[in-house]
Amino acid sequence: MSPSPSKVPRRRSTRFVETRAALLFISPWLIGFFIFTAWPVINSAYLSLTDYDVINDPNFIGFDNYVTLFEDPKVGLALRNTFIFMVMSVPTQLVVSLGLALLLNAATRASGFFRTAFFLPKMTPPVAVGILLLMLFNGQNGLINSFLGIFGIEGPAWTTDPDWVKPGLVLMSLWTVGASVVIILAALRGVPQELYDSALVDGAGWWRRTLRITVPMISPTLFFLFIVDSINALQSFTEAYTAFFGSGNTTYSNDAALFYAIYLFQQAFEFLHMGYASALAWLLFIVIMAITVVQILVTRRFVHYEGERP
Amino acid sequence: MRSPLARWSVLSVSLALALTACAKGTGGGAAPTQSPGQFNPGATFQGTISVMGFGATDEVGTTRVDKAKASLGGADVKLIEGDLDIQQFLSSVAAGDAPDIIYANRDQIGTFASRGAIVPLTACIQGEQIDTSMFNKNALAQVTFGNEIWGIPEFNQVQITMANAELLKEAGLTIADVNGSNWDKVTAAAKKLVKAPGGKLQVIGFDSKLPEFLPLWAKANGADLLSADGKTAQLNNPAVVKALEFAVGIYDAQGGFAKVKAVRDSADFFGKGNQFAKNELGAMPMEQWYVNVLNDVSPKAPLTFDTFRTPQGQPLAYSSGSAWAIPKGAKNAAAACRFAKTMTLVDSWKAAAQARLDKRNQEKKPFTGILTGNVKADEEIQKMLTPGGEPWDSGVKAFYEANQHTFSLPANPADAEFKKAWQDAVNRVLNGQDEPQAALDKAQQDAQAALDKAWAGWTKQTN
Repeated sequence: MSPSPSKVPRRRSTRFVETRAALLFISPWLIGFFIFTAWPVINSAYLSLTDYDVINDPNFIGFDNYVTLFEDPKVGLALRNTFIFMVMSVPTQLVVSLGLALLLNAATRASGFFRTAFFLPKMTPPVAVGILLLMLFNGQNGLINSFLGIFGIEGPAWTTDPDWVKPGLVLMSLWTVGASVVIILAALRGVPQELYDSALVDGAGWWRRTLRITVPMISPTLFFLFIVDSINALQSFTEAYTAFFGSGNTTYSNDAALFYAIYLFQQAFEFLHMGYASALAWLLFIVIMAITVVQILVTRRFVHYEGERP
Repeated sequence: MRSPLARWSVLSVSLALALTACAKGTGGGAAPTQSPGQFNPGATFQGTISVMGFGATDEVGTTRVDKAKASLGGADVKLIEGDLDIQQFLSSVAAGDAPDIIYANRDQIGTFASRGAIVPLTACIQGEQIDTSMFNKNALAQVTFGNEIWGIPEFNQVQITMANAELLKEAGLTIADVNGSNWDKVTAAAKKLVKAPGGKLQVIGFDSKLPEFLPLWAKANGADLLSADGKTAQLNNPAVVKALEFAVGIYDAQGGFAKVKAVRDSADFFGKGNQFAKNELGAMPMEQWYVNVLNDVSPKAPLTFDTFRTPQGQPLAYSSGSAWAIPKGAKNAAAACRFAKTMTLVDSWKAAAQARLDKRNQEKKPFTGILTGNVKADEEIQKMLTPGGEPWDSGVKAFYEANQHTFSLPANPADAEFKKAWQDAVNRVLNGQDEPQAALDKAQQDAQAALDKAWAGWTKQTN
């Protein structure tokens, strides 16, 4: 039945008032978004088409920066380093986070204490983590190699051998898995107990229950962390920069730790190639988008959403 | 009628164009010309001048800042502490809110000048009657770009040879074996001094201090990394390649750079657990300020010093230091010029040295001198030194001697990229990723491309 003519203007008027009120309420955020997000994004797109050094006017050069970018061997090196780091670190972080969360979920009395204990390292500033890396992973006197030495294992030169730099950074990234642990723990607490009870009746063991109930039920959370951790890994900067390129280590650097964001930073703030750095930023954006889309498509069939049609 | 989508698209594009139209700096080209008349030694100043990159954290700094402040005749001085943050500095210039004066590394001056971030000091020097002949000629060369002076130099850092006397004696060696005068002897000494029981490096025999000291080894071998006019990279010159092969070979003879670097990193460099005090290092070339550090934290360490020497036996040091420069758009350039002049006057340095001497006397420690970048001030301060006994007196003597035999890389508009190119090359060799020749060939290409582009930009601005 169609609405009566007399009611239509009133509905429209109500909708307009509501829309206006909504816009008014979110306007502080909108203004902030346009000034601090949209404008820099648009500006960086423009700057990527220029030769710009902060001081002098941008000089429009068309797509030259993008052409240079594909000819620059360091771009390939930095992308490769970053991608390898992501492939190594994301699954490792997820597995360790899930393991710790499962332990915490099983704990009863002291779970609050351990939850805080696991989360605390996340509070460490990334710069400090970078310095910590140099100390813990020192090839001669570091704690990690000393520990390995107890078992008669001669640890590698984590901070100087190009083959071991990225594994060292991956292990160091586990220092901050606390946030992921807390998120997974919240998801674990939401899994209905009846499912486990039914599985127990059917004689399913811990491993089977975990694989067939726990993981599918928390798959949206794992997927969320997978995407977020991947994006974070692709933007990795501070720890590697502090350890291998930053102040106090300005002359010795290790190409194996040259992540994309570090190269972008060098071009922008060390060499003052702001236009080129903007083009690098846009390439990173495209790479992140592409990887995220692929991840969504590939993992879609593994993620189970409650209430979703089978 | 247009669809809502089309209307929003047009609006978005218009907004983008409007915003990008604003995406400009402050305008390029060479810095505006200033006249000597602006700078008058008799003038007094009001208000506040802002100084970026200088902390005045010790008596040498505070004494001179007090003098500089007094010389302004009323104006106050606001120090923006910490090392110069290039991003912050350039952004402030671009935004038209530049500090009045900056304290930068001398090797940054060419780049800042070429981009128009700072102004030439010709008028300042003439107007304030600054005697440039008193500055160390290498220090002055580092801040001279396009035939104009862009910075007032201060401080000088030079290298000398530092060694552990006990380890040398145990190995039957003397400081002459590790002072660089005979490269074969240095390699042999490194092998004798190194201790690595069970493959675990405990004592570094000789640290050639790569990557940072490649210019020193190259110069000792008769090669400059950069031509005198700052335009041509000479990184794959055979003498540079040979110097790199030798300096890397020192590490190879001790089990590889990875091990040496790990031991180097684990030392308490500025503390009592430094590698000389703990007998973990035989010898190395190092900047002179480390003599003061060692004297402070481990006065009884078994040290011995000499200048760093060329294969011909001549002292040699790679000079670096700081400089005062006036940014484009500085609101009180005349006061900034007076500030820079006073900070670097012989009398100011003498007052600072006296303050340091008094402090050292109170602490019952020797006054080991300051290398100011000002030749006359250095002479005056050298007269004020107090004996500290051996080996410290020999150390001080060595660095004053080294200060007479310095070289530096000329100012150029692409210093950061040039430096990055050769340091990356050295790092690739140290990491075993490249051979010296291949690494330096690549560095030569990268460095020359950066220099060519930067010089072309400078030529375009000045023509």
